[in-house]
Amino acid sequence: MSTTLIEITSKQRNSNSWEEPFFINMGPQHPSTHGVLRLVLELEGETIVHCDPRIGYLHRGVEKLAENLNYNQTVVLSDRLDYIASAANNVAFCLAFEKLFGLEVPRRAKLLRTIVGEMARISSHLLWLATHALDIGAMTVFLYCFRDREWLLNIFEKICGARLTHSYVRVGGVRLDFTQEIIDELYKFTEEFPNRILEYETLIDVNRIWLKRTIDIAVVTAEKAINLGLTGPVLRGSGVPYDVRKFRPYDAYSEVEFEVPVGERGDTYDRYKVRMKELRQSNWIIRQCLDKLAETKGEPVLAEGAPDLLIPEKIKEPEPKPHPKKGFIFTGKEVDVVPPGEAFASIESPKGELAVYVVSDGSNKPWRLRIRTPSFVHISAIPELSRGYMIADLIAIIGTLDVVLGDCDR
Amino acid sequence: MGIEKSTIEIAPKIRQIPGTPVIISPLDEIFNWARASSLWPMTFGLACCAIEMMATGASHFDLDRFGIIFRATPRQADCIIVAGTVTKKMAPAVKRVYEQMPEPKYVIAMGSCACSGGIFRTYSTVQGVDEFLPVDVYIPGCPPRPEALIYGLLKLQEKIRKERGRWGFWR
Amino acid sequence: MEELYKEINERFSKFLLKLEEKDCPVITVKREGFLDFIEFLKDFGFKHLIDLCGVDYLNYKPEKKEERFEVVYHLYNFEKRALIRVKVPIPESDCWQYSLTFLWETSNWFERECWDMFGIKFKGHPDLRRLLMPEDWEGFPLRKDYPLYLEEDKEWKGYKELKRKTKGEHS
Repeated sequence: MSTTLIEITSKQRNSNSWEEPFFINMGPQHPSTHGVLRLVLELEGETIVHCDPRIGYLHRGVEKLAENLNYNQTVVLSDRLDYIASAANNVAFCLAFEKLFGLEVPRRAKLLRTIVGEMARISSHLLWLATHALDIGAMTVFLYCFRDREWLLNIFEKICGARLTHSYVRVGGVRLDFTQEIIDELYKFTEEFPNRILEYETLIDVNRIWLKRTIDIAVVTAEKAINLGLTGPVLRGSGVPYDVRKFRPYDAYSEVEFEVPVGERGDTYDRYKVRMKELRQSNWIIRQCLDKLAETKGEPVLAEGAPDLLIPEKIKEPEPKPHPKKGFIFTGKEVDVVPPGEAFASIESPKGELAVYVVSDGSNKPWRLRIRTPSFVHISAIPELSRGYMIADLIAIIGTLDVVLGDCDR
Repeated sequence: MGIEKSTIEIAPKIRQIPGTPVIISPLDEIFNWARASSLWPMTFGLACCAIEMMATGASHFDLDRFGIIFRATPRQADCIIVAGTVTKKMAPAVKRVYEQMPEPKYVIAMGSCACSGGIFRTYSTVQGVDEFLPVDVYIPGCPPRPEALIYGLLKLQEKIRKERGRWGFWR
Repeated sequence: MEELYKEINERFSKFLLKLEEKDCPVITVKREGFLDFIEFLKDFGFKHLIDLCGVDYLNYKPEKKEERFEVVYHLYNFEKRALIRVKVPIPESDCWQYSLTFLWETSNWFERECWDMFGIKFKGHPDLRRLLMPEDWEGFPLRKDYPLYLEEDKEWKGYKELKRKTKGEHS
């Protein structure tokens, strides 16, 4: 059942009564679909009767490619999934692999991961606010948000040398330690950032156009949201306080204090509010982690026994005790690099719950790597959310779900 | 000889008679001058590079100062920046958008994926957008920094300035 | 969790293949009793379907698998904060599984993706068609016997057509 543009228009030509549904094609090249999302809309006047999202225009075969790369190389692929918050993706991949390898990450590395994870959340939410506001018609917010996002990206660049695709987190810890310069810069950022949030809020918090376009748009009840599989700020906007950081704490989230903001009505404005509150919480988490970093100064950032960057296919089994002079003596037997089995890890990525399920067969490559991405589920909910609203509201709905197509199509 | 004295050069090889709205220039030069100084690229954000493209257009890097303003429709654009991985499913759409652009049109392949497929040598990825589009400028990087994109756009302007006889319908 | 195990052993011992305790409880059930079992789990409080995916165990070395495919479900209980993994083996010759769309709307797209990638049919799915790949794509990419990179002769015909057209234009 492939509906091409020609079929759609010929359908329209043949329909001569007003009651007939009207079809319109939106995307895959459309400025406000945040990438290459395509929506086939069935309209009645300007009201959406049914919306059929077509995805796969950015399907790059990451899951298949991962089966042909070793574990550390796979982390690099994770950067390109949700490219706005790549640090968060790295963490999800590494958590799953560490479970598989049986590694315990040092405390300092956990703190560093938490910091970069929250930095990724801030930069992702800033980009969301920028584009969401731009779609609705507020150009100024876009410029303000990018100003601060650029600051954050500069810090990222100091940390690992890349602006978007970091690969800073690796299996067993992180790649490098923070220098004092970075810590000072981050202190400065966390000091200043709450004022910046106030700036955005003065721009749109009580802006009449913003209110009219967001209040009571795409209302989801809590039960419906769970049934649709929505997670992250979208679910919390409906009043369900489900946050993986609280429910299944990973990294250093059990050490730090933070609140999980929830909304009441579950409309677009509530989700905006939730995200703005989350920005403040993230800022606070970074602040706490920075204070804790001073306690762990000089400690290692990579677990002992973390796999080399180029994991060999098989390793030789060492004798249980090292020889006093010659070091380890290897027996002739070859053993598996990774214990065969499976592992599941999920994190609270800026967009929602990002889960990684990995099956290993003992070799240096994953047998199967399944990535459950929040955007995929959120896009699948668009037909349900958009029913009965106008086309203009659909733009707000795509914006409020905060979808990234690289994340969705993988 | 007289021309040099009575006119001033406002751009390379483009001379204005002072006090009048009259410009004296070879046709090639004036067309190229106009084209290069108001290059309107079409935003074709496909993947990661699109974010860097947005950042280039936003407050910090500010593409507007080069006369480059993003236009979201192919019908009023001069060049297309293919930013990101092109998949086989997307390829016909890219081609169609390119065909909708008016002549003269230019193609910039931004990022390793658009140049050569990058790390994604898989069943669903196009190994370089040049398999079906005539690319003018390649910008490597994964993703390229905004400075790299600006450099690429300036290179394209340089290329446009060197064109000869690309005006009129006989061409 | 104790009462869960107890009840599973009492009510579903006929369909239960394996009950393991790994990073979370892993329950392998037969396809026949799967629908009742998953409905029981949902009533028990596992209200959040985190993930649904297929796994291909063709020539899997560490363990002898009876059937080629497995469909893996991850469920989460908000009140008890418990995660559970349910696995259902699917034979290659009789490649289908029950659809869960009547319990969770979110499983709609997960199942479509699973059909797209592995060729596992879902009985009772309202609209089972390809999701990520083009509709006329041949083969199921995530199967182990599918190549990572397609050679020229196995290329998707839509893309072949596009390349052929482009060649005609340039010459």
